[in-house]
Amino acid sequence: MTLSPIFAAARRHPQLAAGLIVVFVVLAFGPVGTLFVDTDLSRVGAAEPNLSPSLEHLLGTDAAGRDLLAVMVAGTPLTLRVGFLAGAVGLGIGIILGFLAGYFGGLVDTLIRGAADVLLTVPGLLFLVVLATSLRTAVTVDMMALVVASLAWMLPTRTIRSQVLSMRERAYVQVARLSGMRDLEIIARELLPNLLPYLAASFVSAVGAAVLASIGLEALGLGPQNEPTLGMTIYWALFYTSLLRGMWWWWAPPIAMIVLIFLGLFLVSMGLDRIANPRIWKVSS
Amino acid sequence: MSLNYVFRRFGVFLLIVWAGATINFLMPRMAPVNPIRERLLQAVSFGGAGKTDMEAVVATYEARFGLDQPLWKQYLRYLGDVARLDFGVSIANFPSRASDIIMRALPWTLGLLTTATLIAFALGTVLGALLAWPRSPGALHYFAAPFLALSAIPYYLLGLVLVFLLGFTLRAFPLGGGFTLGTLPGPTLAFAIDVIYHSIVPALSIVLSSVGFWALSMRGMMVTVQGEDYVNYAEARGLKSREIFFRYALRNALLPQTTALALAMGYVVSGAVLVEVVFAYPGVGTVLYRAVQTFDYFVIYGVVLMVILAIAVVTLILDLVYPLLDPRIAYRR
Repeated sequence: MTLSPIFAAARRHPQLAAGLIVVFVVLAFGPVGTLFVDTDLSRVGAAEPNLSPSLEHLLGTDAAGRDLLAVMVAGTPLTLRVGFLAGAVGLGIGIILGFLAGYFGGLVDTLIRGAADVLLTVPGLLFLVVLATSLRTAVTVDMMALVVASLAWMLPTRTIRSQVLSMRERAYVQVARLSGMRDLEIIARELLPNLLPYLAASFVSAVGAAVLASIGLEALGLGPQNEPTLGMTIYWALFYTSLLRGMWWWWAPPIAMIVLIFLGLFLVSMGLDRIANPRIWKVSS
Repeated sequence: MSLNYVFRRFGVFLLIVWAGATINFLMPRMAPVNPIRERLLQAVSFGGAGKTDMEAVVATYEARFGLDQPLWKQYLRYLGDVARLDFGVSIANFPSRASDIIMRALPWTLGLLTTATLIAFALGTVLGALLAWPRSPGALHYFAAPFLALSAIPYYLLGLVLVFLLGFTLRAFPLGGGFTLGTLPGPTLAFAIDVIYHSIVPALSIVLSSVGFWALSMRGMMVTVQGEDYVNYAEARGLKSREIFFRYALRNALLPQTTALALAMGYVVSGAVLVEVVFAYPGVGTVLYRAVQTFDYFVIYGVVLMVILAIAVVTLILDLVYPLLDPRIAYRR
């Protein structure tokens, strides 16, 4: 087996390829980093506080004596975990509700669409603030993901519902129905495979939204207080006015990592969008 | 537009506000932490008051705030308060009312975000339209690329970098705040200039990171419109491409773009909570941040409800005005 088909695909979808590479690099950063960096140094008081970058501490230390390179190595996977878990849960709920609403219609459709529309109009971050203040005492990383996921299902639900709605009446679905396939079988064998590009695009945007929401909550101080997630690092950097103290090595690395995550996801979703909606991109490319 | 449509749309408005208010009421009350007790314990740990009569103090406060009543009574009272836009008193700054605190911060947020959103909308829409026009120069795509990349970055992170570059390193702009401390806020020219000077960097961070969003959506709209029959017809009639671009494509693409703007204006109140925190800007976002820090529940409710109301009102107005602009909407159901 040669790699040439992969290169050919990458040439056809350069944005998708670039995005996937960035996402892969960010994903690998944590696991690879643990080979070189001791993540125990990300604990409070593990090193001398307020050191600027040196050979011993490549990214320096913060006011509480955390080594910031260790914080990045330990924190990046935590933030990605919140994003992917919340994105997956949100998309999962979205698939179930979207298919229920789109395929069966009627009262189910009215209820699901109503709930999604009402929740979409309210500002997500503020609701999460209310929810997170209620849980505040002991939030874990996974709980954080579920909190974020509780508002991550509406957009996937709506996209999938409208796609299913338009697909339900296509000829091949009717042929399947006439040949005696049951509803679940039609959904699994005819509809789901055709929706794959949309599902992939929905997943990527759900992950992006979840990372954005979780970092926002954490930067407000509502995240897991003792975990070195990227958002919590920004919260502490703001809390201890690292900016005014000139401690750029405190706030710049988490921002750079977050920018990489968003850039990667953005490129992937642009690439997927070209595959899912070729018409929009036909004119000038 | 039938009366039926207006009534139904108004019903949806009430439903959204009611649902928002109810979730807002229930969620904190399912929490294991008693807000008043938490708040008082914090005060005790800071102030060093004796812990002996804590229970009595808590009971007094709960009675005062109505938290000792049965849940349904609290709920009815709460709905009544919401209808009168009265969110109770602040726990953290006891004598002041939550609605007063929010109202004092609101002009700052509205001023900063309305201006920034409008500038970003105008720039992005023009950029997006040009991107979709086949005859615009190829260099434009390179010019637009950085904005598209910036649109993937949250406002407040860009804000932090900008404060560092423009405020801390170059010392060209203030590091934060809404006006110079020590100046007297008043309707004078000097104060207005001071306020504008302080708002440039926060506004810049919002504009830079949202131009790309508007450009992308406008571009998508333009491409869709350019495939429509009436554009083909205009081409077949031999109209100049400039005329087709401005009179047929641009005008029609602006309609959905304006809808998005109206929605964005609704989010203006909440959109930049963290930008305000980063810049210590005296707006609603900073109020919310402080309220979260101090468990100031009534202020948190107040902010969330204000935003829900703002968005609900904007969507209501939009849905009522839209059929006048585009008659197809009201008939479609």
